[in-house]
Formats: sequence, structure tokens, C-alpha cells
Amino acid sequence: MTAPFSPEEIASEGIKPDEYEEIVRRLGRHPNRAELGMFGVMWSEHCCYKNSRPLLKQFPTTGDRILVGPGENAGVVDFGDGLQLAFKIESHNHPSAVEPFQGAATGVGGILRDIFTMGARPIAALNALRFGDLSEPRTRRIFTGVVSGIAHYGNCFGVPTVAGEVYFDPAYAGNPLVNVMAIGLMETPEIVKSGASGIGNPVLYVGSTTGRDGMGGASFASAELSDESEADRPAVQVGDPFLEKSLMEACLEAFKTGAVVAAQDMGAAGITCSTSEMAAKGGVGIDLDLDKIPARETGMVPYEYLLSESQERMLFVAQAGREQELIAIFEKWGLHAVVAGTVIEEPMVRIRFQGAIAAEIPATALADDTPLYHHELMADLPDYVKTARQWSEAQLPDCAVEGLAGDRPQTWSAVLMTLLDSPTIASKRWVYRQYDHQVQNNTVLVPGGADAAVVRLRPQAGPLAAALVNTRRGVAATVDCNARYVYLDPYEGAKAAVAEAARNLSCVGAEPLAVTDNLNFGSPEKPIGYWQLAEACRGLAEGCREFGTPVTGGNVSLYNETLDSHGNPTPIYPTPVVGMVGMVEDVGRVCGQGWRAEGDIIYLLGLTLEQGDGAAEAVTLGASEYLAVVHNTVAGRPPRVDGALERAVQRVCRDGIRQGWVRSAHDSAEGGLAIALTECCISGQRGASVTFPLGQTQAIRWDRVLFGEGGARILVSVDPAMATAWEAYLAETLGDRWQRLGIVGAGTAPLTIDLVGGERLLLAEVAALHGVWSTAIERRLAD
Amino acid sequence: MNVGVIVFPGSNCDRDVAYVTRDQLQQPTRLIWHDDPDLGDVDLVVVPGGFSYGDYLRCGAIARFSPALKATVDHAKRGGLVLGVCNGFQILTEAGLLPGALVRNRDLHFICDRVPLRVERTDSLWTQHYDAGQVITLPIAHGEGCYYADADTLKAIEDRHQVIFRYCSATGEVNEASNPNGSLNNIAGLCNEAGNVLGMMPHPERATDTLLGNTDGLALFKSALTALVDAA
Repeated sequence: MTAPFSPEEIASEGIKPDEYEEIVRRLGRHPNRAELGMFGVMWSEHCCYKNSRPLLKQFPTTGDRILVGPGENAGVVDFGDGLQLAFKIESHNHPSAVEPFQGAATGVGGILRDIFTMGARPIAALNALRFGDLSEPRTRRIFTGVVSGIAHYGNCFGVPTVAGEVYFDPAYAGNPLVNVMAIGLMETPEIVKSGASGIGNPVLYVGSTTGRDGMGGASFASAELSDESEADRPAVQVGDPFLEKSLMEACLEAFKTGAVVAAQDMGAAGITCSTSEMAAKGGVGIDLDLDKIPARETGMVPYEYLLSESQERMLFVAQAGREQELIAIFEKWGLHAVVAGTVIEEPMVRIRFQGAIAAEIPATALADDTPLYHHELMADLPDYVKTARQWSEAQLPDCAVEGLAGDRPQTWSAVLMTLLDSPTIASKRWVYRQYDHQVQNNTVLVPGGADAAVVRLRPQAGPLAAALVNTRRGVAATVDCNARYVYLDPYEGAKAAVAEAARNLSCVGAEPLAVTDNLNFGSPEKPIGYWQLAEACRGLAEGCREFGTPVTGGNVSLYNETLDSHGNPTPIYPTPVVGMVGMVEDVGRVCGQGWRAEGDIIYLLGLTLEQGDGAAEAVTLGASEYLAVVHNTVAGRPPRVDGALERAVQRVCRDGIRQGWVRSAHDSAEGGLAIALTECCISGQRGASVTFPLGQTQAIRWDRVLFGEGGARILVSVDPAMATAWEAYLAETLGDRWQRLGIVGAGTAPLTIDLVGGERLLLAEVAALHGVWSTAIERRLAD
Repeated sequence: MNVGVIVFPGSNCDRDVAYVTRDQLQQPTRLIWHDDPDLGDVDLVVVPGGFSYGDYLRCGAIARFSPALKATVDHAKRGGLVLGVCNGFQILTEAGLLPGALVRNRDLHFICDRVPLRVERTDSLWTQHYDAGQVITLPIAHGEGCYYADADTLKAIEDRHQVIFRYCSATGEVNEASNPNGSLNNIAGLCNEAGNVLGMMPHPERATDTLLGNTDGLALFKSALTALVDAA
């Protein structure tokens, strides 16, 4: 029998010819249209990780504090005192490229649902965003749309958006990245899982109605974007944060009754994904009647019901006989709740429509036993990497104590200004000011003032609320990835992302605990794309092992490429975003990045200036922001992570904060030491007088000293009265991997950097630095 | 002081208010569901921030028809204390308990920030624990917080000294540069003629906790408490 579909129809569901044959083999017949669509979404990379699964296996996923690892809606970590934290990151890249506002908004909605499906109340949201160059009108439209979409959904829902990172690079011009992370505090006695059980138990559909919006979004997310993608706008869902807020309250109330056996949110692939995953995980089947599903449109066919990605919907398995109790709760919150199916013994997903069977597929065929692609790792390095590694500092113009020489000589303070004006380095206040970051009354460190967010873990409701009303325990959270590093060296770059996340947590005084990762990559079917993915996964796995932070889940977003009008694919930078959470024992003992008092002593932890100058692999201009912004060059190799040194420096920083010695802490990242010092000045509204223990006579690349990145470095300031104790502790723990660098100045003092011989490397007024840094994004938007 | 906090499905600052009145100030506090017409024996009704019913139409436009809000209007007419914060302020203007309206911020963006406010009166029952002319800092978080009233109404408000808080600079100057959202006369909060109803866009309940670094909002709740104790 020939297929009842043309090759084009099969391809339009995202199914390859081989996969179609496999479907026929498994069913023992040809699928019907609805079934074909179900396979299409469930076998997409977004849902089944068919390209990345073998790579994800190498991640460490267990640990003393890990209660739930990968595979459920979110990971769960034990924070002590009975506090359990659910957290996860997810991408909404392709929808945001086509419809920035709704694409980003529903990304937030999706991740929040993942959290409260587990029985946790969302207490914080973060995001990692990548856009093209702000000089492009289209990038400005996407950027402003994404930010207002995130603000719209999170603000209305009532979750504080407490931290994030934003990078701008032409590599993301046609394919922005919108990764959103959420953290929730478990409010139900038991963690709610998604495996269906109890033959004969009713299956409840709850939440909003089903319509034709977001048809096949998962397949859409797993294909390259093209000029025609804009016509795919119906593949982008429309979010209703008010409805989701009600859904969250209703779900938590429902879970507390004990009548809910299992729950699964309807995200990608809607009804198809939730029924098949719940059935497959429980080793049972589900018989579901589409006629029972509340619809928002008339005339929908099974294909549309099954593939709809209408937002704010969930599927429950309830205890038989207690369904009315649950329905009453949802109706109180103005939501739909109907019994739409039953758990059956036969492990099938059986879909009924108008009295007939519309689809019938073994649950595991859809959700478990999915295709797997093994790709060959290219034996040699890609050409672009070889070329990039030929770069050396010798290609830069000469430099002197006064500044850069060459055709366009400029002082170091002018170079500093140029870097501060780079939107990637500049203040993100324009962004986070649009996010409600204080709702729920637990935000200890607001965005912009510290290296990570800190949120107090005071439960708002649930069994622990009364006992922990005065808790001082908190969670610190951050999202990090320098994708230029990953592009130029996926292994080291991915490891560096883990190291930086841990360093950022340590700078606020938090102990790193666990990771959620979002792998944003190009096509794995291309040798370079797969090489980047495989190498980055190896680096992430190694980094997570080194820092003792297991991966509890995450998201994979492949095919992040833009086809231009000539059909040429342009991949993004490989961007494995690391979301990390850490423990804060006492939120009264945390640290911001700004200087606190005049006269405090500034220390550099990690490689000293002398050591950094002697170790080109550890502190380098390769892959640096300086090289990209000032010299328009993306080349070299990123700094190599020294795991042992990183861990030692981070522990010392945390101990210093806990002891009350350290009053401010900030890591040296993009832009190196000069930018880190500047940010401490701006944030603390104070100058600093810094002396580099280097002499003018030495043959030194001063730009590497000022703007070189790497070296596991953290800048801290310490009350002089504590200096003796602190320095004794440093000598004992870090040996010679630290140095005194200078003194915090008055509010009106400038930032000065001198050499031992008295020569001045840099002088800048803090107000002028602040002026450039704080307005860089707004000025570009006003163009 | 018996406190009642109205809870709409889209309220998201209801628990934050209860945290202050119940957990920090140790006052009996009850969350009142929006379709409950009976407020019981509450002394102070707080209409909290959030998005009441989603606010897709106009902020607070639907909320004013809810049974709990109708009861709140009756409570206010009997002289009972009513505090509306953020969305609560919007709802109180829609319900006619306070003059004027809140419209989109001047720059059309949602703004979350900490801003200085000048306490305009300390003889009001809401501000008796502040010092005259005191400049305090409170968090704001709103998309539609630009206060608007027609010229006659505005004049009447000013003539009757109904303005309780104005946006100002760190040193207390009230000017355009210190106006975050374009509010007329930099109005951040105002009371009704009788003084028993206060609406404000800034969030005093987010500034009561030393651990979070700001306690400038505490005096407002303490002032209301004192007023109720004095009245009893």
C-alpha cells in the first residue's frame, strides 16, 4: 500500500522519510493525518532530543541535595529546613523571532507552568537574552518586544524577575535567543510527578480552552528560520498571564487535597505530548475523548485539537471518585475542569472524536522509544577555529602606558569609554526596570547591584509558612554564558560558563548547588554544528563535575540558524546558557558589587597582575570583548579555566563574606579588570585609587593587563580594620594567588590606575563613566 | 486592628500586605475573596496590587463591580479605613472613592524602581508617624500609574490638601525630573475629602523589612494602627 500522504505532506510535519517508514513499522499500518501530526511533534528535537540525548547522558545528575533530576517538569533541590526548590530553564527562540512580544511572554508562561506543575509556587524568574546589533531597526523591534513580553507576563503573574543577562552580537540578528528560567518553592507535601497511574482513574483537562493557536509550535521550533517564517505566525501562541495566575493558585490548591495522582502541563505539542508522556512514564495508557475538551473555536478537527499549543492548560490524573472536589476548585478560580478521559491498562494513547477513534498509538512509540541520531564527530578542528587560533597579540597596534598607538591612537580611558558604551557591557537598567523585581516581598538583592540575585526563601503559603516566617535562608541565582568563548572553543567556553555562574554566586556569598542548562545551537546535522554541540556538552559535563553542581534538567534548542534570501544558513554562536542556584544561609550576610566605604582596601583574588602577565592561556585578549569591540576582531582562544584555582578563589570569597570581612565582591569577566573596577565604582558611587605592581620598563601589553579576561579573578573590598585577619586568611588559603590593589575613594574621587613607578595608566571621573555606561542602550533605541 | 485584604484572582500583592499586617505588626488579618459581600468586622480594608481580573480592559474597571468592592465602598462611606495600593489605587478611582484616574506611564513602559517621595501631610491619619516634610523612598512597580484629573478636580484636590505623597528628588524638590511616570503635580498618593480613604501607586508593604533594606513604609501601617487605637 502506498502512503496516503505525499512526501511534501510528510515533510511538512517535520518527519524524515526514514522516520515515516519507522512509524509505519511500529503501527503496522499507515498513520492517519492526526497520528502523523502527533509523531511529527513528538519526534521533534524539542520534545525528544533525538540529536542531543547521547550527549546529555554525560552530565552529572545526582547529588546529596538533588531530589528530582532530569526527566520531570523541573528539577528539585533540597535547601534544608524542609525547603525544596524546583527550577528549570527553557527557550522560546523561534517564536520570539517571529512575534517578539507573545513569543517571549509565552516562554515565561511555559516555564512558570513547569514549576507549579510540580507543586511549587514560582518565587523568581530570570532570563538570558541574545540579540543582533542595536543599530538594526529589526533588532530594536525584537529587543523591545521581547522585553515587554517578558515584563507583561511575569509582572501580571506576580513573579519577581530578579536577574538575567543580555548580549548583543550580529550572530543573533535573525535568530534571537530568549531563554527564561524560573525557580519555585515547593508548597505541597509531596512533589507532584507526571507518571499516570491507577487503571480507571479519571483524566482531567483543566485551565483554558483549546483553539487553533500555536499549531505545531514544537516542530516550528525545530526547523531553521527563513524569510517565510513570518507567515508561520499562527505557530506562535498567545498568552494570558491572568489566567495562568489563576491556574497556578487552583493547581496548588488542588494538589493540597491529595486527590491529584499526577499532573503534566501542556506546553509543546499540547494534548499529544501530555497524554503520551503521562502514559509512557506510568507504563499505562490513556483513553481521551476530544468531544469533552472545551474549545474556543468551532469546527476543529482532531489534528488541530491534538497539536494546538493554546496556553494555560494542564492534564491531571485524579483519584477516582474525587474529581468533583477538584472541579469545584477550578471553577472557583473561573477555570475549566472536565473529565476528558481515563487511565487504561493497555499502554496506548487512544483519542476519540465524535464517537470514532481518531488516533491510536502506543504511548512509548511517541514519548519514550523515539528516534536517535548519532552523528560523527569531525576528526579535525573546523576551519574557522583554525583561522581564529592563528591570531596573536602581535597583530594589534603597539601600545604604551599612555594608550593605544597605531593609526588611531587613543588613551586607555578613551578605550574604557568605548567598552562601557558597548551594549553588552553597558547597564541593563532599561531592561530590568520594566520587570517587577520586588513583588512577593522577598527580593534581597535587586538587579544591577550584585553579581547574582538573592531571594529570601520565606514561604508565602503552605505547611511551612508559619514556621519559617522569619527565615533568613535564601537562594542566589544567575544565568551565564559567554558565547564568543564557546564559538572559539566550545569545550573551554562551556566550562567557563559553569565557572562564571559559580563565581557570580560566590560573589554574593552563596554556595553553588545545582544547574539547569539551555543548549542553544545550530543544526546538529551539519558537521560544525554537531562538533560545537558535542564539545560544549563535554565542557559542561566537566565543569559541572568540577564545581559539584549536578544538572537537574534543561532544554535543547537546535536549528538556531537564519536562512538569508539566498538560502544560505547562518548559525548563531553556540550558546549553552548555564542557570545556577546557590544556597544563602543568611540573607543578612550577602554582598553587592559596589564599593561601600571610603578607605576600604581593594584586593584582587585569583591570578595576580604579574602572574596573569606571564600566563597567556589564563589571562588573554583572545575571544575578549576588547578585541571584538575595539578591534572588531573575533579571534584567538578564550582563557582556559583552572578549576582548582576557581574553586579556591570562590570559596575564599564566600568565606570572606560570611565572616563579615568582605564588603563588596565583583568578578572580572567581559572587559577584564578595568571594566570590573569601573563597575565597582559606578555601583558604589565612589572612586578608587589603584596601583598595578608593574613597571613601565617591562615589555607589557597594557591592553591585556587592563582588559584581558580570565584568571579566576574576583575584586573585593575590605574594611581596613579587618585587613590583618583577612590577609592572614588569604595567605593561608590562596598562597600567592591574591594581591592588594588599592583603596576605595570618596564619592567625588575619580578612578585612577597607576604603576609602581608613579606613571599613570588611566584616570577617569566616575560620573563620566556612569554617564556613558548608563545610557548606552537608551541612546541606541532613540536612534 | 482587624485587617481585611481583598483578593481578586489576579491580585499578586495580597500576601505581601498580609505579611506586614499579620506577621510583622501582629494584627489579625483576613484575606477576603472578591465575591464575598461580607467584610465582617474589619477596621482597615486593603485593596492590594496586582491585575484584579487581568485588567485587559482598563485597570480596575471590572473590579469595582465585585461584591467585596461594593462592601468596601459601604465600609468607606461609614468612615472605615480603606487603603488602595497600586492596582488598588486604580480600583478605588474606578469605584469613585477617590478622584481622578491612573493612565499609562509617560514613557509607555512598566517601571519598577525605588523612588523618593515627599510626605505632604503628617496631620493625616495615614502619615502621623512620619516627620513633616520627610523624604522617604518606596518601591514602585506599575505600567499605568500616571495620575490624571481635570483642571477643576486637580485644583479642588490641592485646595483641600488631599495629596499625601508626591514624587520628588532625593532632597525633596518636586519637579519634572523627579516625576517617574508623568503624574500631574507629581501626585503619588492622595486621600478622599474625609481622609479615611488613601490611594497610592508606591508600595509601602514592600518597604517594611530590615532584611530587605528598606523600612520607610512601616510608618504608614503604624499610623493607621494608631488612628484605630485612638478611635476605639
